[in-house]
Amino acid sequence: MAWETVIGLEIHAQLATRSKIFSGSSTAYGAAPNTQASLIDLGYPGVLPVLNREAVRMAVMFGLATGCTIAQVSVFARKNYFYPDLPKGYQISQYELPIVHGGSVQIDLPDGSRKTVRITRAHLEEDAGKSLHDAVDGMSGIDLNRAGTPLLEIVSEPDLRSPEEAAAYMRRIHQLVRYLGISDGNMQEGSFRCDANVSVRPRGETKLGTRAELKNLNSFRFIERAIRHEVDRQIELIEDGGRVVQETRLYDADADATRPMRSKEEANDYRYFPDPDLLPVHVDAALIDDARAALPELPDARRARFMESWGLSDYDAGVLTSARELADYFERVAGADGVAPKAAANWVMGELTAALNRDGLAIAASRVDAAALAGLLRRIEDGTISGKIAKDVFEGMWAGEGDADAIIEARGLRQISDTGALEAEIDAVLEANPSQVADYRSGKTKLIGFFVGQVMKRTGGKANPGEVNRILKSRLDRQG
Amino acid sequence: MSGAGAWHECTLAELARGVRDGAYTSVALTEYLLARVDALDPVLNSFVTVDAERALAAARAADARRGTAAAGPLNGVPIAHKDIFCTDGLRTTCGSRMLADFVPPYDAAAVERLAAAGCVTLGKTNMDEFAMGSSNETSWFGPVKNPWDTSRVPGGSSGGSAAAVAARLVPAATGTDTGGSIRQPAALTGTTGLKPTYGRVSRWGMIAFASSLDQAGTLTRTAEDAALMLAAMAGLDPRDSTSVDAPVPDYVAALAYADVRGLRLGVPGAFFDQHLDAGIGRLAREAIAVLESGGAKIVEVELPNLHLAIPVYYVVAPAEASSNLSRFDGVRFGHRAAGAKDLLDLYERSRSEGFGDEVKRRIMTGTYVLSAGYFDAYYLKAQQVRALIARDFERAFEQADLIVGPTAPTPAFALGAKTDDPVTMYLNDIYTVGAPLAGLPAISVPCGLHEDLPAGLQLIGPHFSEDRLLAAAHWFQQRTDWHRQAPALAAEAG
Amino acid sequence: MSLKADEVLAIARLARLSVADAEVGEHAAKLGSILEMIDQLQAADTAGIEPMAHPLSQGQRLRDDVATETDRRDDYQRNAPAVHDGLYLVPRVIE
Repeated sequence: MAWETVIGLEIHAQLATRSKIFSGSSTAYGAAPNTQASLIDLGYPGVLPVLNREAVRMAVMFGLATGCTIAQVSVFARKNYFYPDLPKGYQISQYELPIVHGGSVQIDLPDGSRKTVRITRAHLEEDAGKSLHDAVDGMSGIDLNRAGTPLLEIVSEPDLRSPEEAAAYMRRIHQLVRYLGISDGNMQEGSFRCDANVSVRPRGETKLGTRAELKNLNSFRFIERAIRHEVDRQIELIEDGGRVVQETRLYDADADATRPMRSKEEANDYRYFPDPDLLPVHVDAALIDDARAALPELPDARRARFMESWGLSDYDAGVLTSARELADYFERVAGADGVAPKAAANWVMGELTAALNRDGLAIAASRVDAAALAGLLRRIEDGTISGKIAKDVFEGMWAGEGDADAIIEARGLRQISDTGALEAEIDAVLEANPSQVADYRSGKTKLIGFFVGQVMKRTGGKANPGEVNRILKSRLDRQG
Repeated sequence: MSGAGAWHECTLAELARGVRDGAYTSVALTEYLLARVDALDPVLNSFVTVDAERALAAARAADARRGTAAAGPLNGVPIAHKDIFCTDGLRTTCGSRMLADFVPPYDAAAVERLAAAGCVTLGKTNMDEFAMGSSNETSWFGPVKNPWDTSRVPGGSSGGSAAAVAARLVPAATGTDTGGSIRQPAALTGTTGLKPTYGRVSRWGMIAFASSLDQAGTLTRTAEDAALMLAAMAGLDPRDSTSVDAPVPDYVAALAYADVRGLRLGVPGAFFDQHLDAGIGRLAREAIAVLESGGAKIVEVELPNLHLAIPVYYVVAPAEASSNLSRFDGVRFGHRAAGAKDLLDLYERSRSEGFGDEVKRRIMTGTYVLSAGYFDAYYLKAQQVRALIARDFERAFEQADLIVGPTAPTPAFALGAKTDDPVTMYLNDIYTVGAPLAGLPAISVPCGLHEDLPAGLQLIGPHFSEDRLLAAAHWFQQRTDWHRQAPALAAEAG
Repeated sequence: MSLKADEVLAIARLARLSVADAEVGEHAAKLGSILEMIDQLQAADTAGIEPMAHPLSQGQRLRDDVATETDRRDDYQRNAPAVHDGLYLVPRVIE
């Protein structure tokens, strides 16, 4: 039987506020345990939450960027369950009335087409703390530094049909929240997490199959693998005459498998009700205007503009706008005086990206900044050096030897474009290779490459290749 | 202790004046009241914690402030706080084994503000566990006795505060009112109990029972003292999202021209129903007649849904409580069961050992009404009826400036009389639950003795009408002396 | 109206309260009488009535995004029954 996979994602993005959603504790990552857990974060008796304006503004920015409706009134509710990393015994979240709902994003499919994925809703909630297993002889330790960090939970419709689409959507949302500057998207630190609702159904069937919720899909790689495993498991189960039960499964990256979560075995009844400590949130026009004013140019618009104003291909524009920092970097290079945009694109996607990957650096930490790269490309453009020499200069810049001009000067790499000097070198080459000259003149014009190579060898690669070609041709053709 | 004989008979206003004028020191006054607590409280059990050293240190500081700009309007006057308000460095139990050893690292807003006004905290008063009760019998620290008859309850949940004020151990105490927890004990002990408008006093640091109903207020002997206390406590607190940014009128100044002439008093039939004790009803009517004789106009108002206030309350309050009390899990504070074999065992045993029966019952009731399949029929339905009740009050206030009636249906009842039947116990709040459901301010003032037990008259006003309520109550107390009647026990200590 | 024993136990479990077998009957009876009292609500006509979650009609106030808290872990953990190296300890958590 042919099966269709149906996937919906719930993405939790930590919002990049300075303080927590309901308290004045810092949200900085990596502090000593419980040193950033205030009375409110600890759920001390008598404490009360007050909502962080910035978290609201960031959620509204996301809503605006995805075409969501911004709710004029949204309500915080309590989701009640007991867990040691949940200090109050309830999580403050939004249930019936989320802050934004009903939007969409576009994803690129491998075949080059695009697909619209609908966003059901995005709501604000507080993060839980962390349980550290076996902190001391058989006991778990609870660190509540993370408790109360603002999260935006972004819920998609079950519009995704393959693990690849799921990963593409996850990347898309990741790209978007980073563009918007509302989340650092750091998956290692858990700032961007994903759960997937996965089900299968016979192709052609319109009713959804029973779904399993996969938790802990915290990398683009894992999400594809975990969903693929889960789909296989469900199909196998059904084909063997079994049936899928609705459950929560945990993806174990080490074992590369999913397993049911023990802590979720008991049927949960979260007893949501409006949090009486918080009043309905009214998002007024001023706040929406504020959020709108803060919206950067979004990836799709930027991509289109890159194609139009810089003459880039769809593919190149897509790569260069995949992250806001990369696009910003590219624009600084391409927009510099005397730099060819196409060359800027090639260099950013080629040499620069390779060097960053090699050293495991983010673009913000690049050893060659945009101005420096522009300085190098300007020297290619004005003929001071060739593209080939430029690669050596780039390596020198990467190694910290100085800017392009300094390295060109220090290493004497200035390109020879002076006609007189080149003619002398060319004449010497022709003189030294009479038989090749004769062959050329008898029709073996491919030998032009040989002569160019010899000239380059004599000049240490510094000869201007265009000039060398021109002069060679005129010499060889004229005497023929 | 010369000239100390009558201090306990003085009101908060008088004592504040005495300390300010240098007639006596705060230290002398504090020592005097501590001695009364030592003498009388072994019988009453109105205090859970008395910290004499801390109180005397605060008194010395108050004496040092006297005559300076730092001296607040209540400088040097000892008061007590209901043990539901967190006090920095001073044990706060909420009447529960769960918090028997809990020492908060911070002060509640009400505590802060009264301290800023100069008050000395004498101690923390006993209360029904987590404010769940109407008789003060659910406290882990034992029941409080009514100073008028120590075989009877003082009412609850602010029974310790009410008893301490009634017995003249302190001139004033804080309380909290969720369904009647200030007004009902005030009625049963012959004290004046003020529950302000929801949002008038910050809930920061007040251990939550039912967050949409809880409100801090006062137990005093007079309306004037309630005005002094409220003046210190009221106002916006940015730490409480439900604290209201409304101007705070000069409650004390409003008393100077207190008059009831032309005041429209709504008397709902629902307050004189089959549950009302005849003697209490007679006293309430006599009190209304006093107001009428002063020129108040009696108007009939209808509160057609008030008979559903108790059912609504016993859905909303337990629902919120079941969630509010989930934080007591034996992990970060509070009672932790020994030798738990796993996490579930830790939770279940810590909570079962830490909470008393009434608290467990309310947690279970609240859990039930919020659970899948029952939410709409109970919780949502109750919220709708709550809206109807609020609307009834709104309409009534179109015809009346204040609503008036008895505070509690019966006088103080015998200890143990109602502990076996929760529903009968809940009916004690039948006339008081309406106001908090609608967020309205209300006051109970002593209006007579029925078979030597006090009765209370309740006045309910529209939102933020505390000045009007206090003025009417003050006017009433200028013409009656029920609030000056003290239980015989109060005269026993010397 | 009375609750069944397994209903009492299910509620108790959800609320993380342990109820001894001997107590189930009393809980069932008392909770049952409370629910019966509450059931008076069903008679009210609430068609078209907006549920009232709160006595206040105002909206939520918003806080400026400023980290104002300092590290007071030692103060806050003084009430904790079991801590180790700044962590609150609980019996092993199984995911």
